Amino acid sequence: MAQEYSYVRTEMLPEQEPPSNAVGALVWVRENLFSGPLNTILTLASLAAVWWILSHLSGWFLNSVWQAGSLAECREILDGATGACFAVITDRWEQLLYGFYPSDAYWRPNLALLLMLVALAPVLFPGVPRKLFWFSAIYPALAFWLLWGGSIWPPLVVLAAFPLGFIAYRLVEPINGILATLAALAAPILWWFLLAGPVGGVLAGILPGTLEPVASDLFGGFMLSIIIGVTGIALSLPLGILLALGRQSDLIFLKTICVGFIEFIRGVPLITLLFTASLLLNYFLPPGTNFDIILRVVIMVTFFAAAYMAEVIRGGLAALPRGQYEAADALGLDYWKAQRLIILPQALKISIPGIVNTFIGLFKDTTLVVFIGLLDPIGLSNAIRATTEWNGVYWELFVFIGLCFFIFCFGMSRYSMYLERRLKTDHR
Amino acid sequence: MANAADPPKDSFRLSMLVYDTRYRSITIQIVALFLFMGAAAWLVDNTIQNLRTLGKDFNFSFLWSRAGYDINQRLVEYTNDSSHGRAMLVGLLNTLLLAFISCVTATIVGVLAGVARLSKNWIVARLMTIYVEAFRNIPLLLWIVVFFAVMTESMPAPSAFRGDDPAASMLLFDTVAVTNRGVYVPEPLFYRSLGDIDLGIFLVSLDLIAIVAALVQGFYVNRAIVGRATRIQEATGIRPTTWWQSILALFGPVIAVLVALGFHLGYPELKGFNFTGGTHLRNSLIALWAALTIYTGAFIAENVRAGILAISRGQTEAAFALGMRPGRTMSLVILPQALRVIIPPLISQYLNITKNTSLALAVGYMDLRSTLDGITINQTGRELEGMLLMMLIYLLISLTISAAMNVYNRSVKLKER
Repeated sequence: MAQEYSYVRTEMLPEQEPPSNAVGALVWVRENLFSGPLNTILTLASLAAVWWILSHLSGWFLNSVWQAGSLAECREILDGATGACFAVITDRWEQLLYGFYPSDAYWRPNLALLLMLVALAPVLFPGVPRKLFWFSAIYPALAFWLLWGGSIWPPLVVLAAFPLGFIAYRLVEPINGILATLAALAAPILWWFLLAGPVGGVLAGILPGTLEPVASDLFGGFMLSIIIGVTGIALSLPLGILLALGRQSDLIFLKTICVGFIEFIRGVPLITLLFTASLLLNYFLPPGTNFDIILRVVIMVTFFAAAYMAEVIRGGLAALPRGQYEAADALGLDYWKAQRLIILPQALKISIPGIVNTFIGLFKDTTLVVFIGLLDPIGLSNAIRATTEWNGVYWELFVFIGLCFFIFCFGMSRYSMYLERRLKTDHR
Repeated sequence: MANAADPPKDSFRLSMLVYDTRYRSITIQIVALFLFMGAAAWLVDNTIQNLRTLGKDFNFSFLWSRAGYDINQRLVEYTNDSSHGRAMLVGLLNTLLLAFISCVTATIVGVLAGVARLSKNWIVARLMTIYVEAFRNIPLLLWIVVFFAVMTESMPAPSAFRGDDPAASMLLFDTVAVTNRGVYVPEPLFYRSLGDIDLGIFLVSLDLIAIVAALVQGFYVNRAIVGRATRIQEATGIRPTTWWQSILALFGPVIAVLVALGFHLGYPELKGFNFTGGTHLRNSLIALWAALTIYTGAFIAENVRAGILAISRGQTEAAFALGMRPGRTMSLVILPQALRVIIPPLISQYLNITKNTSLALAVGYMDLRSTLDGITINQTGRELEGMLLMMLIYLLISLTISAAMNVYNRSVKLKER
């Protein structure tokens, strides 16, 4: 029988305010900044460091001059006070961004960049209509045409080899699988060597579509960094995947080649590879061959990044449980299907942070092209300093270049975090 | 009747090379082998042809001919009468020196920053986040150029140290001079030097050997002392105080050797237009050292942080439950375990430092690339031999470092059964 006890409360008491010594800004400060002698010292030292930096830099930033024609003019305006002379940026920002690209054609790299964002959108974000992939597929030819000028047909015709190979594969596939693969390889090669030239000529005759050609040695600044960086990124990922698969493969000879390639590239500095591209390639190629220096650099940077990429992806492959491989075999999938449907999606997902780190590294490494005479932003900063107007300008240029690189690289690392969150399938 | 599981006893047909999975891998490999050999032969043939067209041959005899250029920083004897091979050696030693000191300081900076980034102190953690993000996202080359500009543009000229009321003064009780021509630090000198020993390739100071021997001997004696203390502790539960024995064992022999050799410091002095005496650390070395240290330190900090975060929270809680303070928890419980996670990426950071020393070109530091692959190949026109030799040397350095670090990694790895 339930008995009523008068001293048992039947309703909840309202929550009391926490005691004043457990909440509030002061408590937070005490617990986080002054919890012990060491912490107090660290806090004070950090505050002193921050104060020292701010007090030295704030005047320099606040007094900055944005409109002047030369460093002497800047100093005149400042009249002895310390201050930055960002006028060099307002005066020369076009050069830092585009190098010596003709200024009446700036719309071309701008348009190429804009279209690149459109072409990247379906690759980067899932909400974008899938049909845009067709645009991404033809974008390389379009960008080449916009940047280097000339007729639009040569790059399009070169690109047309890939759908041709696909069509050849589809046509021959019902007859014989192996023959189809051979046809898919042979069709583009035949196309490039026999048909591409005449077809391009005919098409150019019908509709010229020419832009003023721009030589490679006029390219420079961030435009050059982005061209080399983005092309290298786009090419090094597939090459890196192939190398990683080759290194994990059971085919001893293929494995040896891949290991040798990866270890060689990872063992030497990028500079030596770039010098190889600029000095030694003439030795290794048939006499008389000469091709564009930017293309050479892109190839070397791609090889370099691909070797690192291969190691990152190998880590992802090794992290997959053995059962995944066995399950794919048990389903009767052949090697490529198993890789494409089961192994690689998981392995790549695990290795996203490493892959993006390699991308960021590659983008930063594009600055090394200054050593073989291409004008990257750092090379241009030297060129600007060599002029009489801006002789002696250092920090403003460095701040601008550093900020631009920071925005790109930081953006990439934030995107990788977003991608990791989006692809997370475990429920932890 | 044949068992159903028996393989069909068909005779071998040529098409099985393609369709039968037992043979297909061999087919693929043989095709790949031929393609590879074909490509290699093509490259070699092109090279031979090109060399013949240029009227060059392929030999390394230029390494023994007179170099004829000066190198401003040299760890071994070198004049412009020495050979190109010797110039290469000087450059190689400069590369190794830079790589070594940068690895040491980058590790220190990285470990401190990585631990500080996890600190509960809000300001310290934020500052370290800013440091790591800023240095990881901006190219190393820019940092090298920036540090070089700081040294050459913002530091006082030697003449600023002159006069009764100089504009600049020397640091650390007038022993270190930071000028726009480099940093002058005191140099070690000996009244009763033992002289040098000639190793054939270069001279090694016997004083240095004596000091290193004393240090190593002290290290081993100290290890024996600590080992004995541990045995006593295990037997009796009481650890004898050993700190003064350790200090004596570690520093006693070195101090004795230094006194015996008549050790003293030679201080830099302003004479004429420049400082003389002391050791001159060039701006290029300082800039590269600082940039490599701070840049790679940011990467190592991230590796250290990841390693610490990989240790489960339970370990910290267990250490706290045993009554350990946070500092001892970190040094005795977390870091030893985290080390196993940290070391493999640390190895690749060391390799990166070694390879990144080749950026020395940007500030005119005479490293391997600037000597062998810069002036030497410009003078002799042997770019093929020079490049191949340099790649080989870098490859050897990289493989040696990674082999050595892998041995260390194996020794700290968790022994699993």
